[in-house]
Amino acid sequence: MVVALILVLVAVGSVAFHLLSPWWWTPIASNWSYIDHTIIITFWITGVVFVAIILFMAYCVFRYRYRKDRRAEYEPENKKMEWWLTGLTSVGVAAMLAPGLFVWNQFVSVPEDAAKIEVVGEQWQWSFRYPGKDGVLGTTDPRNITPENPFGLNPNDPKGQDDVLVQGPEARLPLDKPVKVLLRAKDVLHDFYVPQFRAKMDLVPGMITYFWITPTRTGTFDVLCAELCGLGHHVMRGKVVVEPESEFQAWLQEQPTFAQSLARAGTGTPDINLASSEGGSEPLERLLK
Amino acid sequence: MPAPAMSPGARPRRSRVRVSRVLAVVVAGLLGGAAEASAHVSGSAAAAPGLIYLIVVGATIVLSLIAGAYFIGQTLTEKPWLPVPGKVVHLHDGRASSLPSATLGLRVFLAVVAVVFSLLVAAYAERMAFPDWRPLPEPWLLWPNTAVLILSSIALQWARVSARRGQDEGAKLGLLAGGVFAFAFLAGQLLAWQQLRATGYFAAANPANSFFYLITALHGLHLLGGLVAWGLTTAKLWRGVEVFRVQASVELCAVYWHFLLVVWVVLFGLLLIT
Amino acid sequence: MAHAAHAETAYVPPAEVPDVELYHPKTFLGKYIWCQDAKVIAIQYAITATAIGLVALVLSWLMRLQLGFPESFSFIDESSYYQFITMHGMIMVIYLLTALFLGGFGNYLIPLMVGARDMVFPYVNMLSYWVYLAAVLVLVASFFAPGGPTGAGWTLYPPQAILQGTPGSGWGIILMLASLALFIIGFTMGGLNYVVTVLQARTRGMTLLRMPLTVWGIFVATILALLAFPALFVGSVMMMLDRLLGTSFFMPAIVEMGERLQYNGGSPLLFQHLFWFFGHPEVYIVALPAFGIVSDLISTHARRNIFGYRMMVWAIVAIGGLSFIVWAHHMYVSGMNPYFGFFFATTTLIIAVPTALKVYNWVLTLWRGNIHLTLPMLFSLAFIITFVNGGITGLFLGNVVVDVPLSDTMFVVAHFHMVMGVAPILVIFGAIYHWYPLITGRMLNEAMGRFHFWVTFLGAYAIYLPMHYLGFLGVPRRYYEMGETMFVPESAHFLNAGMSVVALIVGFAQMVFLFNLAWSAFKGREAGRNPWRATTLEWQTHESPPGHGNWGPALPVVYRWAYAYGVPGAAQDFVPQNLPPDRVATAADVDHEGVRGVAVQPAE
Repeated sequence: MVVALILVLVAVGSVAFHLLSPWWWTPIASNWSYIDHTIIITFWITGVVFVAIILFMAYCVFRYRYRKDRRAEYEPENKKMEWWLTGLTSVGVAAMLAPGLFVWNQFVSVPEDAAKIEVVGEQWQWSFRYPGKDGVLGTTDPRNITPENPFGLNPNDPKGQDDVLVQGPEARLPLDKPVKVLLRAKDVLHDFYVPQFRAKMDLVPGMITYFWITPTRTGTFDVLCAELCGLGHHVMRGKVVVEPESEFQAWLQEQPTFAQSLARAGTGTPDINLASSEGGSEPLERLLK
Repeated sequence: MPAPAMSPGARPRRSRVRVSRVLAVVVAGLLGGAAEASAHVSGSAAAAPGLIYLIVVGATIVLSLIAGAYFIGQTLTEKPWLPVPGKVVHLHDGRASSLPSATLGLRVFLAVVAVVFSLLVAAYAERMAFPDWRPLPEPWLLWPNTAVLILSSIALQWARVSARRGQDEGAKLGLLAGGVFAFAFLAGQLLAWQQLRATGYFAAANPANSFFYLITALHGLHLLGGLVAWGLTTAKLWRGVEVFRVQASVELCAVYWHFLLVVWVVLFGLLLIT
Repeated sequence: MAHAAHAETAYVPPAEVPDVELYHPKTFLGKYIWCQDAKVIAIQYAITATAIGLVALVLSWLMRLQLGFPESFSFIDESSYYQFITMHGMIMVIYLLTALFLGGFGNYLIPLMVGARDMVFPYVNMLSYWVYLAAVLVLVASFFAPGGPTGAGWTLYPPQAILQGTPGSGWGIILMLASLALFIIGFTMGGLNYVVTVLQARTRGMTLLRMPLTVWGIFVATILALLAFPALFVGSVMMMLDRLLGTSFFMPAIVEMGERLQYNGGSPLLFQHLFWFFGHPEVYIVALPAFGIVSDLISTHARRNIFGYRMMVWAIVAIGGLSFIVWAHHMYVSGMNPYFGFFFATTTLIIAVPTALKVYNWVLTLWRGNIHLTLPMLFSLAFIITFVNGGITGLFLGNVVVDVPLSDTMFVVAHFHMVMGVAPILVIFGAIYHWYPLITGRMLNEAMGRFHFWVTFLGAYAIYLPMHYLGFLGVPRRYYEMGETMFVPESAHFLNAGMSVVALIVGFAQMVFLFNLAWSAFKGREAGRNPWRATTLEWQTHESPPGHGNWGPALPVVYRWAYAYGVPGAAQDFVPQNLPPDRVATAADVDHEGVRGVAVQPAE
């Protein structure tokens, strides 16, 4: 009796915790509300099964508790019931998988007109690159990376000269514009993770990976690293500011292009954006001691 | 229900034919599907062929499991709770195959080794797909080495047949020759490494080199392990143990040698076509 | 109905075993140290696995202290924290769960349950344990090596695992990889034994479909392990070469801390594929034995035949097979070609069907049963709840698009702890309460057992259920501390602290359990023969606890499946597998006398 009651309490308690606890996802700021919907569908289907199984178990534990004069029913199998259960489960699984694959198809189909931004990760900081006026990101190679050329852009590639480089940990994105986020790592795996965007993807050295989003809400959002990248994994932070197109463009104009930063490096002027990364540098220094 | 009256030999043969046909059809279908998938996604950032190959390895394992389940147990559809004729109890001696346990053990082990080398091939295929792949020149020594390994296998086969016939001398000679050839092969492989290093192809110099050294080293180590078993067997025979007592060991050595020969031919072929 | 005795089955001559003397140990060392008896090897495996598992348990406390009360413990810095999580994960998954289920339970139960005297290759079996022990010692050595053990996370992803920014990238990772290679070699030796013993050494009458599901689970899990571990082996060897010789299997061109390294052209994703090609079957290497064992526990303690036995067997085989083509669901956000998401999401969700069927059959076994709420039964009930919970969150993570926001968050941590941490370990506990009387001849103390059960089950549930919601919030896994964010509310820290406190309490309950194990070995109530009135062969041995060679002069003969509980017309509510059909209706004394010796009487 007590055991059956506790089983019921576990089921009811789990549902109550789900419904009443204050811990739930942070409000979405991108077009991927489809993902949230798929999660809700999954929750409903699996939640019903979870509760049904535990309650049925509790019923059995109570109803068929040991009695000296009782013998269990000898029933090796019940084909019909098992086929029914298999069928129903398959339907439930399909009901979760179908919307999932449908949304995944959207996830992997980047809109033609998506703007581009490149995120570069290294232990343990973020930097960003925008394609500049020509709308094309210049080619890069790890061999080109020097203190003057931290992005490793190919100095001979004309398409890279106008690329806008943001060396601090703050990126900006225009509101309501689809953007393809290209990801590149210099050293180890990282993962560009903005909880409000729902989407994330690993940065892999030697590869360029990507995902796409359309920011749908203005504001400032945390960027975290979601793939273990060494001692400073948890302090590898950044910010993404989503703002209206006009403000975004104004900000972009203020950032140095590759050509400009090379010229500055040539004249010995320190890179202007280093200052903005100072906030995160103290723990890094401690780690590297 | 099982068919207990059937003679033990008849059942496996029939099912093997059927299983192999099913396997062939399914593998062909999978390969076709995989090729289509790779065509579909080609040009994307991730290198696909290795992954496709890995899927094929996985699928092969799945199919082998299914085939295995079918092979060992047409009994898997029996209803064990029903009363069965007593005859089954008498006949069934708890063995899924008539092979000696050691032979079956070796076969399971060979399956494991086969997976190891398949995965290496998958990794190799994945790496080859990158544009910067620079194959290394195969040292000419690999040709005579291959010949020596074939000779080694032939010698062991001779020992195997002799042992079956109870011919003491033939078994001794075959074993000895097989071992000598195997050692010669290993020495030849070391020489081939020497050749490569002399011309500047170090293990870390580029990925093709790394793979070459890794694959040959792993193959050599397996052969070396086989030589331990070979040494024990040969020593016994030399101490005067009667040939029928070591026949089982000779069989196992021969099977292992043939397997390693096949693996080598596949690996060597792979190195050649690239 | 089912057991009308056929005249011709009234007596079956036992199989002759002339070499029974071979199995008798000659010396003390031969009996307890260099022992070839699978039962002793099983105990050796179990003790070693438990010992190293305790290390991992302590590591989890340290980890929880840091998570619950960040900046309170000066001795836990970033580097040691990452070393704790790495070693905790690796030890629990491989050196505890895999070793205990296959090396421990496999060795003890396979020969006894199929009616064999021992494993078919006892010498290789012994070697298997000693190589395993060597693997554990190498692993332990890494704790004392310069720089400490590796802190690369249990997945050991390169390039990070072998670069400077990760703790233990010197000796730590080298010893880790060496230890894994040793483990795999040792396991392969044992695994060959388990597979060939099941195939070739069953006793007369023990058809494959008369085997208990425990044997089926361990058998299929062993096949999976034999075929999956090579991937980890290959990956470990290649990473070792990358680390020691400077090859570039997994290492692309890298600029680390502004310095260009010599590596060029390798693929980090290749390692991930190899790792998960092993790693996903590994989940089932742990789960399938648990499935099998829990089926037997439920059936025995509910006094009812397992419901849908054949479906259960087929499901084990199907799950085992499918587990080889789902691995990349661990890599949806790894940067692999996203089109593979369609394939792997589909295969992954298909696995849910046979798995769900198993759950239904466990519950349907309770239905119309006659349920004894013994400790093994309680642990089985708790297993079903935690497994269903963890399986359900697996449907979230397997569905590629749902995985995207949740992967690499605490949701994943909660999921795999529930499904392959808590659930299998509850089965291990249930199994120990069930088979301890067989091994020692004494029952475990009931009061301590109930305390252990309720604290462990409710505590573990209270730790991991809320943890999912941290993942929903967006808290990433493997964070030394959360630090400042704009999306994690203050209350989440309170939740974390609560989980840590509960974790310490649950940990304490395990000490009670260990004490019970030691105490009951001497002071426990005498179990007598077959205290659970079980049908399976391990309870019907010649002497109790079973001695070397298991069966005395002759092997048992099996007349029926392992689930003859509640058979109409039988004198008892269970019919042992080796009870001759002509005694089924009359053998009312089997629970007192056992049926030992029944099948071994000489034919006169």
